[in-house]
Amino acid sequence: MNKLSFRFYYFSLAILLIVSLIISARVGAVNISYEQIVTFFGHKFGFIHDNDPDSIQQALFFQIRLPRVILCAFVGAALSVSGALMQALFRNPIVEPGLVGTSSGAALGAAFVFVMGKALAGSFADTIGPFMLPLFAFIGGLVATLLVYRLSSVFGKTNVNTMLLAGIAVNALANGGTGFFSYIARDPQARSITFWNLGTLSGADWHAVELVGISTTVGILICYRYSKALNALLLGETEAGYLGINTEKLKMRIILINTFIVAMATSIVGVIGFIGLIVPHLLRMMKSSDNRFLIIASALLGAILLNMADMVSRVIVAPSEFPIGIITAFVGAPVFLFLLIRNSRKQQQGGFYA
Amino acid sequence: MLKAENIFFKVGDKTLLHETSVVFEENRFHVIMGPNGAGKSTLLKLLAGSERPSGGRIFFHKKEIGEFSKKELAMLRAVLSQHYNITFPITSNDMVMMGRYPYFKTLPSKEDKEICKMATAMMQADDLLDRDYNTLSGGETQKIQMSRILAQIWSTEKSQNKILFLDEPVSHLDMKYQHQLLQVAKAMCKKNITVIAILHDINLSLTYADHILFMKHGEIKYEINDQKEITTSIIKDVFDVDSKIIDLENGHRPIVVF
Repeated sequence: MNKLSFRFYYFSLAILLIVSLIISARVGAVNISYEQIVTFFGHKFGFIHDNDPDSIQQALFFQIRLPRVILCAFVGAALSVSGALMQALFRNPIVEPGLVGTSSGAALGAAFVFVMGKALAGSFADTIGPFMLPLFAFIGGLVATLLVYRLSSVFGKTNVNTMLLAGIAVNALANGGTGFFSYIARDPQARSITFWNLGTLSGADWHAVELVGISTTVGILICYRYSKALNALLLGETEAGYLGINTEKLKMRIILINTFIVAMATSIVGVIGFIGLIVPHLLRMMKSSDNRFLIIASALLGAILLNMADMVSRVIVAPSEFPIGIITAFVGAPVFLFLLIRNSRKQQQGGFYA
Repeated sequence: MLKAENIFFKVGDKTLLHETSVVFEENRFHVIMGPNGAGKSTLLKLLAGSERPSGGRIFFHKKEIGEFSKKELAMLRAVLSQHYNITFPITSNDMVMMGRYPYFKTLPSKEDKEICKMATAMMQADDLLDRDYNTLSGGETQKIQMSRILAQIWSTEKSQNKILFLDEPVSHLDMKYQHQLLQVAKAMCKKNITVIAILHDINLSLTYADHILFMKHGEIKYEINDQKEITTSIIKDVFDVDSKIIDLENGHRPIVVF
């Protein structure tokens, strides 16, 4: 643990985020140069009138590339902050939305709407359609999270083994449900559920940016207010109570906010695993377990890392693209195994990183 | 003054604490003793307000304990628990600062930092502050936790009487620090703080306590207000151990030997 201040980290991470956004905006099936980016913005906001830039490329940049890059940053932030919240709540470093069922539950809810939505909404599809996807994703994510949480918490203590097993079972159930919907799906768009189950940002548009951007920002701002209470939870639930914290209320609120931000992101991009596991872990090693720090820094670092992963997914098989979930899994799963081994070893000695 | 009136506590149909009434006078050192499973921790949890009694009432500052908000209570009493299982890395300094959580919103004030410093100085734990809490020994963590608790109920001249609950506070400490911790607790009695501690060592209890409760099978069997009142028959009845009492200093200081 070093002496550099929280602000130093926020500042450095913010700069890195801007750099990664710019780099990421350049590459893909069509590469765009920095000069072009500057010209596009200049043209868009009316600073440059003289030379008309390539209008197809400009449209591609503003309609596809830019929303995708920004969406990616918000999704990375949402999943990473969720990881930090869940880890504080379960008082365990090997928790993330993918493992406790939040993501797959949300995906099931979303898949349900994809396939059954038109039938359910009937002639109102156009009016209530846009709200159904986030709503069902939220319900699915909430049910799955609560199920895992209830199963793994006995007498106020979270049993890690039970939690992981309950997570496996709930994930299997949700994935089975999602598989069922993609099987009975008729139109080819719904069949893409399978692809979407591995996470994809190809559906990014400005509407998606709005939804995920607002839900993530609001969610992070709210849960930042609970960061001190989450720190106290580190002592245990009874002890946090002695410090004046209503732990039952806190837990329910955190689960709700957390499910909200994960479900909104998942309803757009599908399941992207492990980013929520790695990011808080890296930050804890770099600086501190203080949730006041973890929540803000996870948002920034999560946005950076997911942007880099998305960049890789666009480049390695260009002009086609690779599911981003596979990349995060390839990087994240080994980290997870490493943490699991270390956790079981250290458990005998008490502390996790001791 | 902390006053329990006809309280009892049941889990299912098992009675952990039989109906009892007890008074804890202000600014005194109260000790609860008894064999394992006697209901000591249960009584402590009820008095500290973390569990509600199945019946009866507990009054603190003439107000029923359930009427205080969690936050009000956090500023009036602190509890040192037996075990802490900390899963994330945290510096001892941050740990002690948690004691001030009820007092600040996001960032600690200068006063909060000052109080943490004084609390750790009292426990002679200053040199541990920069270390990772998880690398400390059992005794060192006890000192840091005690510092945190002291910071939580740090009193100023204007503040109300506060209570310090200690659940087996010296179990991991060596002889020197057992006495140091209890001396610190005793010193708090002079700073408008009431101490209620669970201890297992009868001689430590006799040395520091003003008032000892002996519990067995969920009942308060004996209460003594003077160390001279201790008898071998109390010890035999409560702990089922034969003992002898030696009087030092002309009978002013009884020592129990086994």
